[in-house]
Amino acid sequence: MLLSLQSVGKAYVSGSTRVEVLRGIDLAMNAGETVALTGESGSGKSTLLHLCAGLDRAESGRIEVAGRDLTRADDATLAALRRDAVGLVFQQFNLIPSLSVAANLAFQARLKGSDDPGRIATLAGRLGLADLMHRYPEQLSGGQQQRVAIGRTLAARPALILADEPTGNLDEATGDAVLDLMLELVAEAGAGLLMVTHSPRLAARLSRRVHLSGGRLA
Amino acid sequence: MRRTALSALLSHWRRHPLQLASLLMGLALATALWSGVQAINAEARASYDRAAQVLGQDQLESLAAADGQRLPQEVFVALRRAGWLVSPLVEGRWSHAGRSVQVYGIDPFTAPAGALPPPVSESGEITDFITSPGLAFGAPETVAELDGAEGLPRLAAAEGIAPGMLIMDIGIAQALMRAEGQVSRLLLAPDQPLGRTPLEQVAPGLERRAPQETADVAELTGSFHLNLTAFGFLSFAVGLFIVHSAIGLAFEQRRPMFRTLRALGLPLRTLVGLLAVEVMLLALVAGLIGIGLGYVIAAALLPDVAATLRGLYGATLSGSLSLRPEWWLGGLAIALVGAGVAAAQSLWRLWRLPLLAPAQPRAWAMASARGFAGLAALAAGLAVVAVIAGVYGRGIVGGFVLLGALLLSAALALPGALALALAGAERLARRALPQWFWADTRQQLPGLSLALMALMLALSANIGVGTMVASFRITFTKWLDQRLPSELYVTARTEEEATRLRAWLEPQVDALLPIWRVEGPVLGQTAEIYGVADHRTYSDNWPMLLADPDVWARLARAEGAIVNEQLWRREGLSLGDPVPLPGGAVRPLVGVYSDYGNPRGQVIIGVADLVAQFPDLDRRRHAIRTDPAAVADLRTALVQDFGLPADNMIDQQAVKDISLKVFERTFAVTAALNVLTMGVAGFAMFTSLLTLSSMRLPQLAPVWALGLTRAALARLELIRAMLLAALTMMLAVPVGLILAWVLLAVVNVAAFGWRLPMHVFPADWLWLAVLALAAGGLAAAWPAWRLARIEPATLVKVFADER
Repeated sequence: MLLSLQSVGKAYVSGSTRVEVLRGIDLAMNAGETVALTGESGSGKSTLLHLCAGLDRAESGRIEVAGRDLTRADDATLAALRRDAVGLVFQQFNLIPSLSVAANLAFQARLKGSDDPGRIATLAGRLGLADLMHRYPEQLSGGQQQRVAIGRTLAARPALILADEPTGNLDEATGDAVLDLMLELVAEAGAGLLMVTHSPRLAARLSRRVHLSGGRLA
Repeated sequence: MRRTALSALLSHWRRHPLQLASLLMGLALATALWSGVQAINAEARASYDRAAQVLGQDQLESLAAADGQRLPQEVFVALRRAGWLVSPLVEGRWSHAGRSVQVYGIDPFTAPAGALPPPVSESGEITDFITSPGLAFGAPETVAELDGAEGLPRLAAAEGIAPGMLIMDIGIAQALMRAEGQVSRLLLAPDQPLGRTPLEQVAPGLERRAPQETADVAELTGSFHLNLTAFGFLSFAVGLFIVHSAIGLAFEQRRPMFRTLRALGLPLRTLVGLLAVEVMLLALVAGLIGIGLGYVIAAALLPDVAATLRGLYGATLSGSLSLRPEWWLGGLAIALVGAGVAAAQSLWRLWRLPLLAPAQPRAWAMASARGFAGLAALAAGLAVVAVIAGVYGRGIVGGFVLLGALLLSAALALPGALALALAGAERLARRALPQWFWADTRQQLPGLSLALMALMLALSANIGVGTMVASFRITFTKWLDQRLPSELYVTARTEEEATRLRAWLEPQVDALLPIWRVEGPVLGQTAEIYGVADHRTYSDNWPMLLADPDVWARLARAEGAIVNEQLWRREGLSLGDPVPLPGGAVRPLVGVYSDYGNPRGQVIIGVADLVAQFPDLDRRRHAIRTDPAAVADLRTALVQDFGLPADNMIDQQAVKDISLKVFERTFAVTAALNVLTMGVAGFAMFTSLLTLSSMRLPQLAPVWALGLTRAALARLELIRAMLLAALTMMLAVPVGLILAWVLLAVVNVAAFGWRLPMHVFPADWLWLAVLALAAGGLAAAWPAWRLARIEPATLVKVFADER
């Protein structure tokens, strides 16, 4: 099992009000599986993704990623999990502005200690970034930046990719192209993909779809 | 992992070279001013130590006359015969034609081991040393300064001798000092034979003196060096504001990067550790630059400091600077500590920052009113500390605690005060643009507050120190007029010539006033004892601070003594208190006079009284009262008719000029540090505005889109910086005046022993306000220029990014 959530709950306290965001979430994903996570704004999709990535902690239940229990892991263990097993693709790209495209692409792999220049070059070619390697993020369009962010994740060969509306900032055509490429590369790598999206059209392209509503999965 | 993450962190600086330059320059300037001052202090301490070691004075006991006067050479012979292992020493000051040097005469055959300086013991020129015209050893710079001086023996340069002194054979020195047959002290060998005749039987007038563990000058000049250190520290603090600002900004700008790094799996502990390493690396680079700059500053200031110390304290400093390990290591350490202090808050914030906290750079700009309230509370606490130090603090340390707490309190209160003023202006504004301007200025405050605090410190220090120096100058000039009423001052070459001179001058001048003095212990410290004639010159002019009504008559009747302010304050004397003179006589205190520029205690008694107490005193100096118009003719007559060398007389104006020159040089260092501190503060404003300008676009773009031109926005940016500088200046005036009062009434009294009246100089403040406006304007000029020329596409991008 690549990802396993059992009875996961999470609440936020705002002033004197307690907001239950996630209630008793159960979810299981295998390697090679691609899952779309849909739901209304504020339904807790991003929170669920953050819990799976070890960026936040669940209040109840149990989360396992690649056989590792996140529930009681300390910060260093969670950081190591993100570095070694999980790849994150953010809606806002979150590239490192002071590093070139080439350095950004290789960054997570280097952090992990598994830098492979050949793979970086191949990925850059597949992502259409080969001519942009010496540019900086601010000199790229939104679509190009998102491709760099996806390339950075894939270069590190994570077992699980967690993507938070990776095409949300892109126009439809660019978004489609980026998703095509991502699915192709995920399939090649045999990784799992959990992707948050608002778009039923994009969700339909993944192998499975789960819907989050009222804090529960449907 | 660490290397990859560190290179990502450092890549920020590659993309922001100006920010890197401002951080390095800020820390380098701070380190430079601090280490420059420390280099001067270290050089001075080394000079004092070398002076203290001369002739083993720091280790050997000596025998001297109880009244501090020289003793007959026969005493030495008698003691040697009685079995005492003693060696004679003659010391005194040799001055001629504006050049002056401390002379030590030693006996190379009886000097105890360790007392003989290496150049004498190792020199193969012992015959030259002891036979006329003799051979004198001095530091290379001293020998160079005295090159061509007449009357001195042949000079030889030798390392290891403190500057400003010459060591020669006792016979040669006695002739030079007109002290034939006399010795100043007798050095005692550490091991004395048993069974020698008791001292009381051989030389009853002598007493044993303990070795001088620290040089007198080191004690005298301690306050001066503390002053200098305080200024260095102030400059360092101002520099730290820049560093804090630059580091804080770099942290804020990199918040999204920190979040990404953590999201990609970099542990928080590693991230904080790497940032600490980054800060230390930057501090090392800046520290090295700062030490280099500090050396340049110290080398530039050292001649003025040396002149000041010579003028004020008679302490001689080496004019050249050595690179001492303790100094440059200290400089590096202070750079590291400073950077650590400046970065601590940012690191702590990062440590506490939740991983999912919003990653938009805030640049302090969104800091809430709570932040200002916190600063104001801290300012109030420091103000209380200042008041407590003012009421209960004692001495120079109390003064500096008061100063430090006052300045910091004022600086911390500044952002809150400015925010209140700007909020008031916003409420009064009726039209849209002024309303936006005031609100936007208030929003900029947190980002600029550190630079404005630095400016506030620099302006207050400038007003405070400027007021002190100008007050001192007025008082000093007036005091010189009182202290130097005589038209001409003459010094005969010998006692015999002095007798002839008196007889020659008396029929030609209105009055001939002796300037006769001895030195000796008074109330435990070496003091100068002068004798004054019974003449209205003194009663009309002498700058008395307090006195009995018939003070001058009582001095003439040998019924009293007057002392200078320094001695009076140090000993806490009151009128009527006994003043014991060297040799045992006691006179009641009948007056106190101001005596600026003199570190030593001074006593004045009637001249007849002085001669009666010390019949062997030097009677060669006199002051002449005559018609000022006749001075030139009198000088000519003294040279041509009497045969006195022109170098042996000096007129009133020349003495005043020399005194004022000493005064101006005394404060040259302070003035230089003031200018440097202002420069550092201006630089802080510049870097803050420059770095903030790149983050201002989201705030400016909407206003531009609503119809304001880029040039108009740039003008408003310029006005904003100048307005903030002007407001800061207004608040700096009262702080500066309090600072001046503390310097005049607390620090000066503790440091120098005199208190000065305070004068205010509003014209100087106007000039400083112009400078502050110029600093604000100049600091904003480039960012404003860049804004005026920014591509519209760049401004449009702000909206594109907000999708």
